[in-house]
Amino acid sequence: MTPLLDVQGLSKRYGGRIGCAEVSFQLYPGEVLGIVGESGSGKSTLLNCLAGHLAPDTGQVIFDTRSDGPRDVLSMSEPERRMLGRTDWAFVHQNPRDGLRMRISAGGNVGERLMAVGAQHYGAIREQATDWLGRVEISEARIDDRPSAFSGGMQQRLQIARNLVTGPRLVFMDEPTGGLDVSVQARLLDLIRGLVRRMGLSAIVVTHDLAVVRLLADRLMVMKDGHVIETGLTDQVLDDPQAPYTQLLVSSVLQV
Amino acid sequence: MIHVENLAKNFVLHNQGSVAIPVLAGASFSVAAGECVALVGESGAGKSTVMRILYGNYLAQGGSVSIGGVDITRAAPREILALRRETLGYVSQFLRVVPRVPTLEVVAEPLLALGRTEDEALARARDLLTRLRIPERLWSLSPTTFSGGEQQRVNIARGFAHSYPALLLDEPTASLDATNRETVLSLIEEAKAGGAAIVGIFHDLDARVRVADREIDVTRFTPGRG
Repeated sequence: MTPLLDVQGLSKRYGGRIGCAEVSFQLYPGEVLGIVGESGSGKSTLLNCLAGHLAPDTGQVIFDTRSDGPRDVLSMSEPERRMLGRTDWAFVHQNPRDGLRMRISAGGNVGERLMAVGAQHYGAIREQATDWLGRVEISEARIDDRPSAFSGGMQQRLQIARNLVTGPRLVFMDEPTGGLDVSVQARLLDLIRGLVRRMGLSAIVVTHDLAVVRLLADRLMVMKDGHVIETGLTDQVLDDPQAPYTQLLVSSVLQV
Repeated sequence: MIHVENLAKNFVLHNQGSVAIPVLAGASFSVAAGECVALVGESGAGKSTVMRILYGNYLAQGGSVSIGGVDITRAAPREILALRRETLGYVSQFLRVVPRVPTLEVVAEPLLALGRTEDEALARARDLLTRLRIPERLWSLSPTTFSGGEQQRVNIARGFAHSYPALLLDEPTASLDATNRETVLSLIEEAKAGGAAIVGIFHDLDARVRVADREIDVTRFTPGRG
């Protein structure tokens, strides 16, 4: 099977400081990969390099495109990469305000992404937007409201709908449940899990919350000081951590 | 179906002076299709450790574990995931689910993950929940709020939803009343009759005598005890 994403020797430095160093991994269709580590470990730098938001210094990010098979994303032209970001890829930001247009309606936020890939028929766009609001459990009655009138949890669900409406194959998520109440987090996790299974999505989820990765991720990468220090099956890494830092990380979680 | 050879396991506690604790050495045994093997030995002897290595949950430091032709100790994570989906089931003592997911879906999930239709998966889930006497009014609720015994039965229903060719059972009859215990024992017998290779931990002696064909004393795998 061809991996959906094949990352080779990805490094990014900020002057003399290491952002992430020599990161390599493969992601297969339908897999969810969790990346954990504390603030400053390089996990967000890595995610942004993968998603094309940051230019890495060295390395390759080979994505199995629908039309041309495996291609190095980093050597694509800017328009090509932007098209990928609107079609096969999706990016869910920690802060929904970074991923939504706050001045247009909820329905418009979802519809805009459809129009960006060529949808033109207003009725069809609105119908699809309504369908997606339903899937993320936002009432149809709120379709014309602006996201600024929504709660944090609703905004995050709307951001997910906006991202998934074009049927992407790979979703990048940066702390998708960060800053939300625990009860709202559970609902969102359940939603994401259901969507991943039904749509056969692959996802890369960056978080510092080990409970989130346990429920969401099939595999785990642990980062420290820009390096990947441990990888494996999620439950194996959490239940039998090998690296000193991972042992510390896992044993530091307060039990409830 | 299950072949364990010369298995070794140490825990190294890096944050407690890097003390190394050897827990298993030279563990070897096999389980044939349709056979149930009970792991025995005092508490702390390593029964659960063996089970967890078999499931790919703990890493082994030496030896091999072949299940359905896949060596768990060397397989890539996605191979283990595929094995767990299709071949290897595990009924643990604890239920771990996303809060909010209804019981019926929790039980149907292993079949949905295999790509079975929703109708088929839900029908099987209903059948198992009925057999395990989980009242129908609870099916639409998350099992996270259920009693310990109910949670355990939901866990068992989930573990038996798919007919796995290899099955690991960690105290499947603990904290069950006589009627439900009887149901679980017949589920195990049915799985055996269906050709499943089963490894179990049963503190319930009568249950062990009834379903297990052999016992393996794990104390003989404990390093330094011969």
